[in-house]
Amino acid sequence: MAMLHIVNKSPFERVSFRSCLNHAKPGDSILMIEDAAVAAIEGTSFTEKLKEAMTDKSVYVLGGDLAARGLSEDRMIDGIKSVDYAGFVDLTVENETTQSWL
Amino acid sequence: MSTKKFMFVNRKAPYGTVYALESLEVVLISAAFEQDVSLAFLDDGVYQITKGQNTEGIGQKNFSSTYKALGDYEIKKLYVEKESLEERGLTPDDLMDLVWEDEDDDWAEKPSIILVDRAEMADVMAEQEVTLSF
Amino acid sequence: MKFTIMINEGPYQHQSSDSALQFARAVLAQGHEIFRVFFYHDGVYNGTRLSVPPADDRQLQKEWSELAIEHNLDLVLCIAAAQRRGIMDADEAKRQGLDADNIIEGFRISGLGQLIEGGIQSDRTIVFGD
Repeated sequence: MAMLHIVNKSPFERVSFRSCLNHAKPGDSILMIEDAAVAAIEGTSFTEKLKEAMTDKSVYVLGGDLAARGLSEDRMIDGIKSVDYAGFVDLTVENETTQSWL
Repeated sequence: MSTKKFMFVNRKAPYGTVYALESLEVVLISAAFEQDVSLAFLDDGVYQITKGQNTEGIGQKNFSSTYKALGDYEIKKLYVEKESLEERGLTPDDLMDLVWEDEDDDWAEKPSIILVDRAEMADVMAEQEVTLSF
Repeated sequence: MKFTIMINEGPYQHQSSDSALQFARAVLAQGHEIFRVFFYHDGVYNGTRLSVPPADDRQLQKEWSELAIEHNLDLVLCIAAAQRRGIMDADEAKRQGLDADNIIEGFRISGLGQLIEGGIQSDRTIVFGD
């Protein structure tokens, strides 16, 4: 059963994103929303950790949250997909379960 | 009504915020629905079940004894993550003795706390159908 | 597909109510069903009709209320959380001997069992919080 992990906290402030990556299984998907969107860009202290997860998991960011924080999609780590709310809904449908890492 | 696997994920310490207390209230209500309920305690959530909590100095009610009642509600799967304990300088001895009574075994008291490592916690999480976090 | 949405935070302090509202609209736009939206913790503040934000700000309580009326949604405020935080409907205010109620149209107050039932009855349960 694939799971959608929803993360909404910056990895520079709280441990929830790390905790999510430590528990997500191969084949799962991770969606960054709200403050977690800041982790989507290349060249942060979290980039390597996220790239490691991307070897066997799909990573998405809610585009509106990225833009709201002044970050453009051309700075995203290669392989991260930007989705809108319709895409968010699709991800919850495609994965059998969801877990929010609050 | 059908039975689903419910997991309540606890990752926050008690008292500093209301999440632990109100999460516990949901857990108690869930018992009435006869679902397959598990609780996960990881990250700062492990502080919810430490023994010796004393709230006299903070003006809040000490609700830790409620965790001891979970067994009476047939809630007997409390997964606690070893790494989360270790990172916080805690051992299983720092946790309350939480038990349930097995009616098929002459009401013997059995531990409700199931110590798991991070990979096992991930396995348990992956098996759930409804995951509620607070 | 049938969804239950849980919201754990009040409006304005956190983005969770904004995110959940956008998510709920997208769920409906794609032809899915929302079985229930359950407001817990400070999330019950989404149900007051006495909010007066500045004119250039969104009024989340009203937006939820209007969405509920338009789509006949079941928006439930947890009674235990609401009582703690002073969110009352007319019946509950009367029962508690209080002089006012403040719930906005489109919401109702009920027990935590409504959340568990939502989880059982829905194909997906999505949590928004802090």
